[in-house]
Amino acid sequence: MTDKPLPVLPPSRLAQLWDSDLVYSFRSSPITVVASIMALVLVLAAVFAPLIAPYDPFDPASLDLSDGFSRPMQPNEITGKVFWLGSDGQGRDIFSAILYGSRVSLIVGAASVLLSLVLGVALGLVAGYVGGRTEALIMRVADIQLSFPAILVALLVFGVARGLIPPALQEQMTLLVLVIAIGLSNWAQYARTVRGSTLVEKNKVYVDAARLIGLKAWPVMLKHVLPNVAGPVLVIATINLALAVIEEATLSFLGVGMPPTQPSLGTLIRFGQQYLFSGEWWILLFPSLVLILFALSINLFGDWLRDALNPKLR
Amino acid sequence: MLAFVLRRLFQSLMVMLAVALIAFTMFRFVGDPVNQMVGVDTPQEQVAQLRQTLGLDEPVVVQFARYIYNAARLEFGVSYQFRLPVISLLGERAPATLELAFMSALFSLLVGIPMGVYTALRRDSWLAKIFQTVSLVGISLPTFLIGILLIYLFSVTLGWLPSFGRGEVVKIGNWWTTGLLTGSGWKALILPSITLGLFQMTLIMRLVRAEMLEVLRTDYIKFARARGLRTRAIHFGHALKNTLVPVITIAGLQLGSIIAFAIITETVFQWPGMGLLFLKAVQQVDIPIMAAYLMLISFLFVSINLIVDLLYALVDPRLRATIGAH
Repeated sequence: MTDKPLPVLPPSRLAQLWDSDLVYSFRSSPITVVASIMALVLVLAAVFAPLIAPYDPFDPASLDLSDGFSRPMQPNEITGKVFWLGSDGQGRDIFSAILYGSRVSLIVGAASVLLSLVLGVALGLVAGYVGGRTEALIMRVADIQLSFPAILVALLVFGVARGLIPPALQEQMTLLVLVIAIGLSNWAQYARTVRGSTLVEKNKVYVDAARLIGLKAWPVMLKHVLPNVAGPVLVIATINLALAVIEEATLSFLGVGMPPTQPSLGTLIRFGQQYLFSGEWWILLFPSLVLILFALSINLFGDWLRDALNPKLR
Repeated sequence: MLAFVLRRLFQSLMVMLAVALIAFTMFRFVGDPVNQMVGVDTPQEQVAQLRQTLGLDEPVVVQFARYIYNAARLEFGVSYQFRLPVISLLGERAPATLELAFMSALFSLLVGIPMGVYTALRRDSWLAKIFQTVSLVGISLPTFLIGILLIYLFSVTLGWLPSFGRGEVVKIGNWWTTGLLTGSGWKALILPSITLGLFQMTLIMRLVRAEMLEVLRTDYIKFARARGLRTRAIHFGHALKNTLVPVITIAGLQLGSIIAFAIITETVFQWPGMGLLFLKAVQQVDIPIMAAYLMLISFLFVSINLIVDLLYALVDPRLRATIGAH
C-alpha cells in the first residue's frame, strides 16, 4: 500500500446535502414530498394573500350585493363577474376570503406553537436539570394538564380572558387571546419530552465539563443541553402546528374565536354551515377542504420527520 | 396495598383542591360577582349590604373554604345570564349529555373492537386496508367537519335523520329526561353519537389491532395451537380476552374526554346538553357556570383515573407486587 490515494474532489455543499441521510429519506418517500409541496403551497398562498387574492374581501366598498351567491367558475347572473370558487351572500369572493382566512389561521397556529414550545421547553429543562421539588411540581401540573382535553383548557382561558378584557378592546385582542389560549393548552407535551431527554443528557461528560469551567445553570441548559434535546421537540412542534390550526378552527367554529371582521378558516366554515340546507355548498366546502388539506399535509410531514429523526428506525 | 390506596386518594384530593382554587379564583376575581347582581342605580349601602351577606368582605381564605364547602353540597351560585341556580341548569341538561356520551362510547366499542380484531387477523385483506385508511382519515378530520359531513349526507341529501335536537323526550322521575323511549329520540341520537364516537372508535380499533398482533405472537398462543385447539377458540377465547384489559382502561379514560368533546358535537347538532350550556357561558362570560362545569368535569376525570388505577392494582398481580415493595 505505497501508492498515494487518488485526489478526490470534495463534493459540493449542495451534493453533500442531497446525499445526506435526511434528504435521502425525504426523496425516497413520495407521499412526504407531495405533502410538503402541498403544505408549502398553502403556506406561501397564505403569506402572499394580498398579492394573489383577486379581490379584497374586507373592503366594504368593493363588495356588490348583486354579486351574491355566484356559483364557482360560472359568470354571475346579474353582473357577469366570474368568481373561481364562487361568492357568499354579500358578494364576497370565496377564494380571496380563504387566502386571507388561512393567513389568520396560520398566524394563530404558528404563534401558539411558538408560545407552547418556549413555555414547555423552558419548564422541561428546569424540571430535568434542577430536579427535586421543582421537578415534582412542574411534572405534576403537566400530568393534570395532559389529562384534560386541550380544547377545554383553551375554552376556559378564552372565557377568563373575555372577563378580564374591557369590551371595547375585545375584538382587536381576540387574536392574541386565541394564541394564549391555544398555547397554554399544549405546553405539557414539550415539557414531558424535554425533561426526559434532559435527565439523560445531564449525566453526560460534556455537561460536567461545562459545569467545571464555571458556567451557571442557565447557560449550561440553553447552550449545551438544549441543542441535544431539540430533535423530538421539532417533531412535536410540527405535529402540534396541525393540531393548533385545527384547534383554532374549532374555537372559531364554536363562535369563540376570530370575529367575522377578521375571519379565519374556522369562522368561514361557521358561516358556510348556515348555507348547508339552502344549496350554496361552495361557501362551506372550499374552506373545509383547505383546512383538511393543510392538517393532513402537515401531519404526513410530521410523521415522516418523526421516523427520519428516530435513530432506532434507521 | 392500603398505603397505595391512601396515597392515590390523597393525590386525587390535592388535584381537586388545585382545580377548586382555579375555579374559585375565576369566580371571585374575574368580573365582580356583585356588579353582575345589582343595577346601575342601586344605592351604595345596598351594594355594601349585599357584599356582606355574600361574605365577600371576609378574608380570601375563609371565602375559599366556603366555596369548597358549597361546592361539596353542589351549590355553585347563580348564573349571571339565567338568574337561576347553576346546579339546576346543569342538572337539567346532564341527561342529554350523558345519554349522548354513553351511546357514543357504546358505538366506539361495538364497532371499534370487531374492526380491530378483523384488521389484526386478516392483515392483508383489502377490507382491513380500507379500515386502516378510514381510521387515518378519521383522526385527521376535525370533529365539527365530521358532524357537518354526516348532516349533509343523511339529513340534507337523503333526508333520513334529523340534523338537530333530541327529538321527543320522555320524563323519568323528577329530573331525568330520556330520548331512548321514543322513535324520534333514537333517530336524533344516531348522527351525534357517531360524530362524537368516531375518534374514539379509530383509537380503539388501532389499540385492539396492535394488542392483538402482540398477543398472537406470545408463547401461550403457540401452545394453544400446539394443543390443537380450534382457531376460533384461540382467537376469541384466548387472544381477545387478554387484549381487552388495556382496551377497557383506555375506554374508561376516554369517557372523560368524550364528555368534554361533547361541547363540539352538541354545537353542531344543537344538542341541548351541558356542553352547549358551557359554550354559551364562555361566550357570555357567565363565570359561575364555567367554574361549576370545570369542577364537575375535573371530578369526573379524577374519579375515573382513580378507579382505573385502583382496578389495575387489583387485577394485575405484578403491579401489586411492585406496590407492596415500595
